[in-house]
Amino acid sequence: MAHERDALITGIGIVSCLGSGADAHWQALNSFSPVLDTTSFPPFAVHPLAPLELDTQIPKRGDQRQMEMWQRMGVFAAGLALDSAGVKGNTELLSKMGMIVAAGGGERDYAVDSAILSGYPKAANPDAYLNEHLLGDLRPTLFLAQLSNLLAGNISIVHGVIGSSRTFMGEEASGADAVRIACARIAADQADIMLVGGSYNAQRPDVLLHYAMGGLNRHAPFEPVWARQASGGGMSLGSVGCFLVIESRSHAAARGAGAYGHIAAIRTDRSRRQPGEATKNATAQLAAMAGHFNPDGAAAISGASGAPGATTEEAAFLAGVGVPVRAVATALGHSLEPSFPASLALAALAVKNGALFPPLEAAEQPMVAPLKQALVTSWGHWRGESLALVTAA
Amino acid sequence: MDTDHLGRPIVVVTGMGVLTSLGQGQADNWKALTNGTSGIRRITRFPIEGLRTTIAGTVDFVSVPEPSAPALSQRLAELVIEEAVSEAGIGSAGNFPGPLFLALPPVEMEWAQRFALADASGANETVNYDDLIKAAGTGRFEPFYRRFLFGSVAEALADRFGTKGSPVATSTACASGGTAIQLGVEAIRRGEADAALVVGTDCSVNAESLVRFSLLSALSTRNDPPSSASRPFSKDREGFVMAEGAGALVLESLASARARGATVLGVVEGCGEVADGFHRTRSSPDGKPIIACMRAALMDAGIAPEDVDYINAHGTGTPENDKMEWVGASAVFGERASAIPMSSNKSMIGHSLTAAGAVEAIFTVLSIRNGLLPPTINYDIPDPALPVDCVPNVARAATVRHAISNSFGFGGQNVCLVLGSAD
Repeated sequence: MAHERDALITGIGIVSCLGSGADAHWQALNSFSPVLDTTSFPPFAVHPLAPLELDTQIPKRGDQRQMEMWQRMGVFAAGLALDSAGVKGNTELLSKMGMIVAAGGGERDYAVDSAILSGYPKAANPDAYLNEHLLGDLRPTLFLAQLSNLLAGNISIVHGVIGSSRTFMGEEASGADAVRIACARIAADQADIMLVGGSYNAQRPDVLLHYAMGGLNRHAPFEPVWARQASGGGMSLGSVGCFLVIESRSHAAARGAGAYGHIAAIRTDRSRRQPGEATKNATAQLAAMAGHFNPDGAAAISGASGAPGATTEEAAFLAGVGVPVRAVATALGHSLEPSFPASLALAALAVKNGALFPPLEAAEQPMVAPLKQALVTSWGHWRGESLALVTAA
Repeated sequence: MDTDHLGRPIVVVTGMGVLTSLGQGQADNWKALTNGTSGIRRITRFPIEGLRTTIAGTVDFVSVPEPSAPALSQRLAELVIEEAVSEAGIGSAGNFPGPLFLALPPVEMEWAQRFALADASGANETVNYDDLIKAAGTGRFEPFYRRFLFGSVAEALADRFGTKGSPVATSTACASGGTAIQLGVEAIRRGEADAALVVGTDCSVNAESLVRFSLLSALSTRNDPPSSASRPFSKDREGFVMAEGAGALVLESLASARARGATVLGVVEGCGEVADGFHRTRSSPDGKPIIACMRAALMDAGIAPEDVDYINAHGTGTPENDKMEWVGASAVFGERASAIPMSSNKSMIGHSLTAAGAVEAIFTVLSIRNGLLPPTINYDIPDPALPVDCVPNVARAATVRHAISNSFGFGGQNVCLVLGSAD
């Protein structure tokens, strides 16, 4: 039953190794071949961002210069989402639009870090050396490219989204909670239209270092998400920017906007990840959606990271649900904060097209029947379990 | 009546915990704050040689085994949550009956860890990230991976205090504490929860974070004596003083508080939020977003400007902030603006950044409850451009029914809370 406070996805902006925009992604997924950079960060592979014409979404070069890549790709994707929803440049509407961004932190100055790491042990007074070089060598504006909330800040500046601005942190769960809270605010009449998403630059030595410390980066052979579990699993990170415009049905109708899909249900939770705990959360989440979920004509868009443990447990859970599955990270790479919004975007595209894209690997079942609904999972590589259901708008 | 002017559940505060450079707990903080005591001191946590600013409101009386900003911020959060939950008498040990909203500084690996990796890499002449990644491959640095996940602090707190659902960690720069409170208020108003634990914590004074603010010319360099450096609204103000601290509030629907016979400490009557798209670090020169933010908060609370008896200022002590905050207040409150007491806790505790919104909301509730306004210390030279009653230098008794607490941050973040008396 349609309700005026239903949360509809009325705009999608996505950039990744597959290209720029919803159409480019839909085409690439329907004739999939992996896009991997295996040479820049050995021994790891990353899914590199496709080239972007930044000027089309960030017209001022001064704005581009004030950002690092994670912000540029996010601001770019946000612009695509606003375009897609038909609200770009609508100052009055954007001044009331709320925003929730899921973000980590920004790039470091790798040359400065390397110089300090090299000079520090040899310095006569190492502590003074560190202070002197931080003060002398860091670019003053770099801080603004590093602060988590400055992706949102740049979206306010470049696109004029100023109704509200909140940034959530916390890897995969932050992206899912951003969507959950946006939908809840819309349902409760606390907001009419929201911009929600995030970005992740995987082509950064510091983030690869982080997951290398955790022993979580996949080494060669760079196999798809499910196939690689037989040889220890692991994550292949991908650069992704994804924003969604989420809007109440009545607000969309009033301005004559079309929709990609309806977020009929969304749940997020956590567990300590003892064996079976994530499955228990996901099972309860699915049970809570029973009123909306119909396995006939449904598929699952999985955010499985590739990390061992969680990925195999999720595979077993999804096998129990019994619908065709696609692991998005095989195509986009795993992108932490924006991974859930990106999965949701691809789910909405598939529902709108009435068809699931072909399997990304042998373990995934083809689907010939028309697609009516899509479940979207996001089990964080470490913590957090989220589930959403996208139905036709 | 358990609902407000818009028929929403009234949200009240039933527990508070606070920790700043002035001490741990409400009692010690309130005493120092109303005595006009400064918590700003010389930095001893790391060497200050060569730095332009050598002072901060550090919390030096709390320690953790492997110090880092997230580890210390987590510890401060634990201490204030214990105080708040104990005062509220809610739930049971390790079982808080509602969600967690945490204002947290952005998490990143620090120099101590980079140096440890560099050392383990065995690289000699030059060390780069390839070397660090090689060292990471030994598997010895797994604890660093876990500690420096953005989700690690909120997950640890959710584990320890048994909050419900996915914990939300938020950063809206220096408005984060206000944002966490707003998230909690909204969740209760939606009926998602009867209670929410909202926390702001920040223990991130280290060399690089200090240098970053220094490079933006945001910090006071008036290093001697340290207690004189934070001088909000004074004509010779020249920057803010970094500080550490944490605040936790148990928010609860009035209906829930009544049902369990809890003492209501104060009411969160309204929240306002408007972002500013003018500049990354500066407010729109016309003050429109700040003005709209304060007006939105008053409208949300269902009160008029003339109902406001006290303003807990963001009051950082930077030339720009204090000027723009006055521009905003004078537009919203008109001729009355100069007559409304508007003091800055930051004159004493410094700017606790991510935590400030939560810490200062707690001090605002205490001001209302105790009928006593903490002063703005170091107010030596009035700024003729800012004819503000900043409660100069000495605390003042006052009856406050409604107060606002402002928080503004880099990235165009503006949050304003309306806090009301429990009576």
